[in-house]
Amino acid sequence: MAAPILALRGVNKSFGPIDVLHDITLEVHAGEVLCLLGDNGAGKSTLIKLMSGVHQPTNGHIEIDGATITLPTPRAASDKGIATVHQFGGTFPLMSIGRSFFVGVEKTKGWGPFKVYDRKGANDIAVKAVRDFGITRIDDGDRLVGGLSGGERQSLAIARAVHFGARVLILDEPTAALGVKQATHVLRIVNEAKRRGLAVIFITHQVMHAMAVGDHFAVLIRGAVAADFHKGEKTREEITDLMAGGASMASLEAEIEIYMNSHGGHPPPPAA
Amino acid sequence: MLRNFSFGALARRPEAGAALGLIAVLIFFAIFGGLTFLKPAGMASWLNVAANLGVIAIPLGLLMIAGELDISVGAMVPFGALTVAVISGHYGLPIWIGIAASLSFGVIVGLVNGFLVIRTAVPSLIVTLGSLFAVQGIVLGLTVLITKSTSVALKTEGVAKAMFGDFVMGGQMQVMVLWWLGLTALYVFYVHLSPFGNWIFAMGGDKVSARNAGIPTERLTMVLFVLSSTSAAFVGMCQAMLYNSAQVAGGQSFIFNSIISVVVGGVLLTGGFGSVIGIFFGTITFAIVTQGIYYTDFDRNWSSLIIGVLLLGAVLMNNTFRQMALSYAPKKGAK
Repeated sequence: MAAPILALRGVNKSFGPIDVLHDITLEVHAGEVLCLLGDNGAGKSTLIKLMSGVHQPTNGHIEIDGATITLPTPRAASDKGIATVHQFGGTFPLMSIGRSFFVGVEKTKGWGPFKVYDRKGANDIAVKAVRDFGITRIDDGDRLVGGLSGGERQSLAIARAVHFGARVLILDEPTAALGVKQATHVLRIVNEAKRRGLAVIFITHQVMHAMAVGDHFAVLIRGAVAADFHKGEKTREEITDLMAGGASMASLEAEIEIYMNSHGGHPPPPAA
Repeated sequence: MLRNFSFGALARRPEAGAALGLIAVLIFFAIFGGLTFLKPAGMASWLNVAANLGVIAIPLGLLMIAGELDISVGAMVPFGALTVAVISGHYGLPIWIGIAASLSFGVIVGLVNGFLVIRTAVPSLIVTLGSLFAVQGIVLGLTVLITKSTSVALKTEGVAKAMFGDFVMGGQMQVMVLWWLGLTALYVFYVHLSPFGNWIFAMGGDKVSARNAGIPTERLTMVLFVLSSTSAAFVGMCQAMLYNSAQVAGGQSFIFNSIISVVVGGVLLTGGFGSVIGIFFGTITFAIVTQGIYYTDFDRNWSSLIIGVLLLGAVLMNNTFRQMALSYAPKKGAK
């Protein structure tokens, strides 16, 4: 099997005296959706920030295509093809679809000091990119982003990332604020991105959404990977139970606590 | 563009409210004051006001679009005026040294403002409130220390006078009007046509996302603060050369007047929305209200009332237009 596009190897992260992530080892391959599940405070956001260049691991390392790399800035991560899309799409409500799509990499026409922003060209490309993802309601690049629905804004942000060459798509709770129908749109787009050969890291606490698109699941509890399994290896009930803090979750937390106390702060190896 | 012309599309533009406000004000003064203020002599009176204000209002408006504010412009106008007057008037050095010094101080204060805003993350209103008073103190203290007076005379001749501090077109219109029109054209190009403008809007829309998209937000903040304070110093410098003297007092009115022009011009106070043409219209509207009142039978004291009502009306109207722009979706089958 080819080297994973993105891999974390024994990554730890502490902020001063507080240890947030413990020995995280995860990998994601091209054309695969890795669902990162976990309750609030489990360390999901910190993990995303490590992968998108906002924070650096305290120890352990990150690999891209099997080679160890550092991601000093968000820009460095996006240059390596890692794109992060946040809950609200990270888009600009009062900008037009076309302008928002090309923010930072404005499409221009003309020459030298007379280079001007190519409004029509930018609009056409932006609209086409979004429509290729199946969002057919968007047909005018002059519309303001703030007038789109939450799902459409997510879709626009994902289409933008893919258009600019993302290989790894990190989606931070993309369906959390969406209605059922809008969420379906986003899930369809996740599948489309996967079909195009992108690696997708899908962060969520909605098990239904994770089950719908995921190939590979990792459950984070208290900053450690508590379970790491593939599609079909666990039922929905088992995952929900892991996530939602049922009896088994409570005992698992206690187990991890005990294990870590007796093993110098290291968590147990993830259950298969 | 013309192919897609529609009133709906016009109404969704940021300057729609400003254009309507301008038309309303024009009609109001045409009814109550006749058309005198549209004749050359009358036009010069409000164009002069608009030009001095507009040169400051546009960069200030860009800062507001980017989500910042600069009220230290109120101190930069007298600072610019006194720098050139002290150096070239009091000390008698060549005028170009005074001009260079005046503009350099504008750049320096802008850099300080920008640096403090970036590094301290204190809201720019507070940072520039601080620099407003600090610069006022420097201006008053140094001027009295050096010249023993709060008013400094300056005599300018030749090219410098013609370029910065003279009247054109029959001796009533200030040369500043030409600067204003030229600068407005430059700003329109850089903000709406070149790619850089996009960065300003993105920054005001969502600074974190803008930075993640690779926009150098810190450098852009610096550039915008330098632009606004240098523009203010420029206006002060030109006024000193025009009136052959510079006073320590004055300049404060520029703070509110330019913010009013910008807001009437359709810029959203929280950033991310607005246009240079809108600010241009807003400035003209403001200038016509303050000057047009002289052509009517009203006492001029009423002009503040009109401005207050105009400001509130403009904000409400701009909100409405922005909502229209947001909720706009092309009609099915209209294509």
